[in-house]
Amino acid sequence: MDPAASGARWPAAETVAPRSTAETADLLRGTTGTVVPVGAGTKTGWAAPPERCDLLLRTTALDRITEYAPGDLVVVAEAGVPLAALQKQLAEHSQMLALDPPEEGATLGGIVAANASGPRRLRYGTVRDLLIGVTAVLADGTVARSGGKVVKNVAGYDLGKLHTGAHGALGVVVSTTWRLHPRPPATATVTAPVHGSAHAADLAFRVARSTLTPTALELNWRRGPFDVTGELLALFESSPASVAGQAAACAGLLAGEESKAAVYEGDSAPSAHGTSHDPDRVAIGAALPAWFGQRPTGPMVLRLAYAPAALPHVLDALPPGAHGTASAAVGVGYAAVPPETDLAALRAALAPHDGSAVVLAAHPDLRAGLDHWGPPGDAFGLMTRVKDRFDPARRLSPGRLLGGL
Amino acid sequence: MTPARASALAAPLRAAIGAAKVLTDPAQLRTYECDGLATVRVRPALVVLAEDRDDVVAAVRICAAAGVPFVARGSGTGLSGGAVPVADGVLVVLSRLRAIHAVDPGNARVTAGPGVINLSVTRAAAPHGQAYAPDPSSQQVCSLGGNIAENAGGAHCLKYGFTVNHVTGAEVVLPDGEVVRLGGIAPEHPGLDLLGAFVGSEGTLGIATEITVRTVQAPETVRTMLVGFHSVADAAGTVSDIIAEGILPAAVEMMDALAIQAAEAAVQCGYPEGAVAVLVVELDGPAVEVDEQFRQVERIAAARHAFETRIARDEDERALMWKGRKSAFAAVGRISPAYYVQDGVIPRTRLPEVLDEVARLADAAGIRVANVFHAGDGNLHPLILFDDAVEGAGHAAEQLGFAILDLCLANGGSITGEHGVGVEKKAKMADQFTPGDLDAMHRLRCAFDPAGLANPGKLFPTPRLCGERPGPHTAEAPRDPALGEVF
Repeated sequence: MDPAASGARWPAAETVAPRSTAETADLLRGTTGTVVPVGAGTKTGWAAPPERCDLLLRTTALDRITEYAPGDLVVVAEAGVPLAALQKQLAEHSQMLALDPPEEGATLGGIVAANASGPRRLRYGTVRDLLIGVTAVLADGTVARSGGKVVKNVAGYDLGKLHTGAHGALGVVVSTTWRLHPRPPATATVTAPVHGSAHAADLAFRVARSTLTPTALELNWRRGPFDVTGELLALFESSPASVAGQAAACAGLLAGEESKAAVYEGDSAPSAHGTSHDPDRVAIGAALPAWFGQRPTGPMVLRLAYAPAALPHVLDALPPGAHGTASAAVGVGYAAVPPETDLAALRAALAPHDGSAVVLAAHPDLRAGLDHWGPPGDAFGLMTRVKDRFDPARRLSPGRLLGGL
Repeated sequence: MTPARASALAAPLRAAIGAAKVLTDPAQLRTYECDGLATVRVRPALVVLAEDRDDVVAAVRICAAAGVPFVARGSGTGLSGGAVPVADGVLVVLSRLRAIHAVDPGNARVTAGPGVINLSVTRAAAPHGQAYAPDPSSQQVCSLGGNIAENAGGAHCLKYGFTVNHVTGAEVVLPDGEVVRLGGIAPEHPGLDLLGAFVGSEGTLGIATEITVRTVQAPETVRTMLVGFHSVADAAGTVSDIIAEGILPAAVEMMDALAIQAAEAAVQCGYPEGAVAVLVVELDGPAVEVDEQFRQVERIAAARHAFETRIARDEDERALMWKGRKSAFAAVGRISPAYYVQDGVIPRTRLPEVLDEVARLADAAGIRVANVFHAGDGNLHPLILFDDAVEGAGHAAEQLGFAILDLCLANGGSITGEHGVGVEKKAKMADQFTPGDLDAMHRLRCAFDPAGLANPGKLFPTPRLCGERPGPHTAEAPRDPALGEVF
C-alpha cells in the first residue's frame, strides 16, 4: 500500500480518542463541526478524502473485548480492538473471526467501515456475513444498536449492513458483535502456474465448480505486454485427513487427469521458501507464499469487483504492467495499475460485467481530480436520502463516500 | 382516511394494468385476509394481481399519488402477519411474477421473479450441480420475494447462512414508484449496502420485482443421522458439545416428545421409540471430512447417553428423517385442535435451562407445548397447543408465547430468528431495542418511504411519522416529511 496514502492524516483542527460509547455520544452531542472517525488509520486512502475535518475521532481507545462466549461462537468487542489482538484471544479457544484483511494493526471498526476482506471470503464471506450486531453513535449523539448477540436474528432492520463500507458516513461504529468459526487444525495448498487469462479462469473454475471446499482460491497475476501470467493457489483448511485428500484431488483437477504425474508432491513440512518447486508444475505444499492475501503496491491500487465468471475479461481489460491478486472464483480482485491508467475507460470496460473499480491508494500526485469511486449508479438518490436521514447536517466523513456523499 | 379512498383506486388501477388483475369482489378479497398467522384477519379494500414489474410500478404510483397504503404479498406463508393487508389499502400480490429469468451456473447466480417458489430455484440450479441454500420448512410453497422480505432461514442456515447471505441483487420498486437496482451479479458494489438493509425489511421499504441469488456447489456427500435421547438436557448438551469440538454441521434439529408424537401420528416417520428428545444431525462436504465428523458426533452423542443412533443408508431413509422434522408444525394439528407457533432465539449454550423454564411456564399455564427447533442456532419454535373452541384459550396461548419471548430476551436472545416481527411481535420490539435503536431504524424507513405507505403498522412498536424527531431533539423544528425526497 502506498505509505503516503495509508498514513494519511487530513488537516484536523482537533483529534480526540473517546474511551466509551457515552464519551463518544457526548462528543457528537457537544459539537457541531465535521467529524471523521478513524481506527488505526491503515485504510484512510480507501475512500475519497473528507471535504473538511474539524474533529478527527480516533476509536483506538475503545479497545475492550467486552464479551466472549466460546460455546456460542460469539464475541462482542469495541471498535478500536485490533483484529490481531482479538484473534490472539480467540485462538486460545481454537476459534477465529473468519476475516483476513492484511492491513497490519487494523481495528475492527476500521475493517467494518472500509468493508475490508481477504482471501478466505470464498468460504466465510465478508463483514456483512459475520457482523451480527453493531452499536453506532449517530451524528446527533443518538446511540443506536441493531442486530444482537445471537447469530440467527431478524428483529428490526439490520443497520450493520449500512455501516459496513460506509466509512463512518452514517455514524461512528463503537462496538461490534461477531459470529465466530472454529479454527481449522490443518492446512494444505495446491499451486499451479497460469499462462494467460483464460487459462487462469479455467483452472480456478475447475476447482470452484467441483465438490472440493477450499477456504481460498487466489490468483497472483501480472499483466505482461501480451497476456497474463501468474500462479493460482487453492488453500484447504480442515482436518489433516481432509486437507490431504482434498489437496490430492485438487492437484489432479489442476494438472488434468491425463497428466497426474506432473503433480509435484512437496515436503509434508512447510518449506521456508513456500513454493520451492518446479514452477511449471502443479504442486502440493503446506506453506503460504508471501503474496498470499497481500494487497499489491504501486502508484495506484484498485479494488475490482465483477461477475465472477468475467475474470479473464477483467484481466484483459487491465493495462500492461498491472499486477495484483484476485479471489478467483468470487469476482473480487486488487490491482496495482500504472499511473497513466485511464480509469474512466477501464470502468467502461468493466461495466458489461457488472464491474467496478474503486481506488484504494494513489500517489499524492495522482489524487487531484481523481474519481475515487466511479459512476454512482441509479441507487445514488436513495443513498443520498439515507445519508440525509442519518446525518442531515453532513457532519460525518463528508465527501468520503460515493458521489461525494 | 375514509374507507372509500382505497376502493376509489379500482378504476384508475383497472385502466392502468387491466381489469382482470384488480379484485374488488368481497368474496375474492376474503382469500387474502390473512397470511400464515391466521389469527389476524383484515380484508383489503382491493387486491392487485401483478404480472410484471410495470404492474407493480403502476399500482405503487397510483397508491402513492392517492396516499393509500399498500402491502406486498408473496405466497402468504409468513408466520408473523407480515402480509396482513391494511383495511383501507391495496394488497399487491406477486405470485404471478414467477419467471426464472436466468440460470447462470458460471457466475453461480439465478435471477428470478419474486413469486418464484424457493424450491424451484434449487431445482433450476440442480442440473448444474448447484443449489440455493436457504431452505425454510415451507420451501415447497414460499416465494423468493417473501423470503427476501423476512430474511428467511431454514434448517441448513446453521452452516450456509440466511437469505441475506445469498442475495446479490434486486430490482426494487420504491414506495413512490421509482425503480432502483440494488446490487447485481458482482459480489459487491461501490456505495452503501442498501441491498443488505432491504433484505429482512418485511415489505416496509419497497417491493422487489426481480431477485438475483447466489447458488452454492452441491456437496460431495451428505450424511444424516437421527439420535434418540431419554432427556432433553442430554440432547441439548450434545448440540453444545458438537459445536465445541469445532464441527459445523449443515443442520442440527431437535424435537421433543410431544413433537415426536405428533410427527409419528401424521407421517409415521419411525423415530426411536420412547425418545424424550431426538436430534437430526446432518453433515455435508468432502466424504473424508464428513466420515470423520460423523464418528465424532456418534462418540459425543454416546457420551451424552444417546440410546439409539440411526444413520440414513440411502436417500429414502434420509428423506424420512427430514419428513418427520419438516412436517412437525402441521402434524401438531393431529394432537391438538389448534396451535400457535412462536419463534425466538437464545444463545445455544442456554438451551438446557431455557427449555426447562419453557416447560415450567407451560405447566404453570396448564398449556401443552411441543418443541421443534433449529437447535444448532438456538432458534426455538415452541408450538403452543390450545383448543380454539374454549373461550380465551387462544389468548392464553399467545400470552405464553410472549412469556417465552421474554425468556429469550432475558437470556440475551432475540424475539425472532426467522419468522419476522410483522404485526404479531411489533410490541415486543420495544423490549428488545431502546428508543435510540428504533429511532435509527425509523430513519432508514423514512429515507425509503417518507410517506409511510409501504406495509404500515408492521415491525415498529408504535406508529410514527417521518417528521417526528423524538428524544433529546424534540426542541428542533419538525422536519418536513417530504424533505428527504427533494434533498
